[in-house]
Amino acid sequence: MTNSTARIRPRRERRHRLPVRLWHWVNLWCLIVLLMSGLQIFNAHPALYWGSASNFDDPWLEMYAIRGAEGDIKGQTALGPWVFDTTGILGYSGSDDNASVRGFPGWITLPSYQFLTMGRLWHFFFAWLFAGAGALFALYALFSGHLKRDLWLPASQWRGLGRDILDHLRLRFHTGHGGYNGLQKLSYLGVLFVALPVMILTGLCMSPTFNAAAPWLLDLFGGRQSARSIHFIVAGSLVLFVIVHLLMVLLSGPLRQVRDMLTGGRRDVTPAESQGSTQHETP
Amino acid sequence: MKRHDAAGRRRFLQRAALGVATLGLAGCDRLSRNDQVVKTLDLAERLNLRAQRFLAGERGLAPEYPPSMIDKTFRPNGSTDPQASRYRQLAAGQFRDWRLEIGGLVDEPLSLSLAELQAMPARTQITRHDCVEGWSAIGQWRGPVLADLLERAGVKPEARYVVFHCMDQLGGEDYYYESLDLSEARHPQTILAYSLNDAPLPIANGAPLRLRAERQLGYKMAKYLSAITLVTDFDDIAGGKGGYWEDRGYTWYAGI
Repeated sequence: MTNSTARIRPRRERRHRLPVRLWHWVNLWCLIVLLMSGLQIFNAHPALYWGSASNFDDPWLEMYAIRGAEGDIKGQTALGPWVFDTTGILGYSGSDDNASVRGFPGWITLPSYQFLTMGRLWHFFFAWLFAGAGALFALYALFSGHLKRDLWLPASQWRGLGRDILDHLRLRFHTGHGGYNGLQKLSYLGVLFVALPVMILTGLCMSPTFNAAAPWLLDLFGGRQSARSIHFIVAGSLVLFVIVHLLMVLLSGPLRQVRDMLTGGRRDVTPAESQGSTQHETP
Repeated sequence: MKRHDAAGRRRFLQRAALGVATLGLAGCDRLSRNDQVVKTLDLAERLNLRAQRFLAGERGLAPEYPPSMIDKTFRPNGSTDPQASRYRQLAAGQFRDWRLEIGGLVDEPLSLSLAELQAMPARTQITRHDCVEGWSAIGQWRGPVLADLLERAGVKPEARYVVFHCMDQLGGEDYYYESLDLSEARHPQTILAYSLNDAPLPIANGAPLRLRAERQLGYKMAKYLSAITLVTDFDDIAGGKGGYWEDRGYTWYAGI
């Protein structure tokens, strides 16, 4: 009796396995703290350059404040030759009685007030956490088959990418079957194996001691100020990724998505996967 | 009626969202003021030191650059024109009466004039200066290697740190100071520079003599030096954290 029920009980096939879920939520906190403390650090010198040193006359991005004709203070952002009025957000922000000259506004920096050294402490602590968790996850993805099974695109998905992009643009999503779609896989792969490693490496390249350890890496990124610029740009692309990611979750059953990322959920098995095996059938 | 409800709900949601955001921020700010939290976050700093020393080795060299990359004006930071009367007098006399005292835990204390330092074998290096704020500048520095001076004075075995005493009062009251451990102090690129870009060190950049520790951030490289002492610890010096900025919350190890 017990024997037969045991036999028909399906293998516990999770939509998201435990390491994936753990990493997802650890990353959420790491990325929030790293972004906000990173912007605190950026605010200490809200300008970006290319090359090894800072050409103070020619940053490609700069946030600052000027005094307007009527004595009012305006926040401005210069991107190359273009200057934008960004009062209240970039360059000059805060409540009316407590406004200050600063790159990013207080609601997105950690701490909210100007405190470079505290921002650095938060940043480096969470950078270790983030890098450690990332390294463990990369090993898991590689050796558990997660990378090959769930993330790598089979030939059919590579071929179907164009159609995938069109479908996404029409907000038509394939949420029916268990695996990720081609475009989704490609963005995950890009984040996992390009964006996150580049963040860690450009971050390290801003360290003068690390430059002594790996001068070739500094050269690869085009010098310390280039590394700082790339660090900033890729951080921005990660923010973009998170926005799109959240949008996709909202458009594809947010409650189920969040629940599954917490509990693991149940993996929908495609007919091809369940062929020759009765174990996947629901009891 | 319905529209009114919707507006009210929207306002409520806006306020709730703002409230949550404010609470979150206030929470983070409060955490940043909590000693225990700061102490925990500070653990990463010890990890930074160990990991970086391991990766770079004791002798790994900071990158050096070709003369074409030298910045015409080297941005000064911190004190740029010290007002202490002793310093003004020495500067007025072209630092002829200035001396560098090397003492503390050494076999033979030294007192050297600028001319004597200039007569010593010197190292010239074109290096990048990285400010903790995020910017960088490249300059050519020249001066005796600190390890040679330490060798001459004879470091006692119990000495662990080298403390650099300065003539400028950055906040108007406390004199600037800094410290390195012996490993970083004996690094081949750690020099006492009396020249920047082939000219005598300008006052804005630390005349007559400043420290260059090329694998560290700018605030470690004390300017306007007057004395160097070897110590076992720096608990009893100023705020006890090993440097002017360290006493104000910055990390002692400034390799990143």
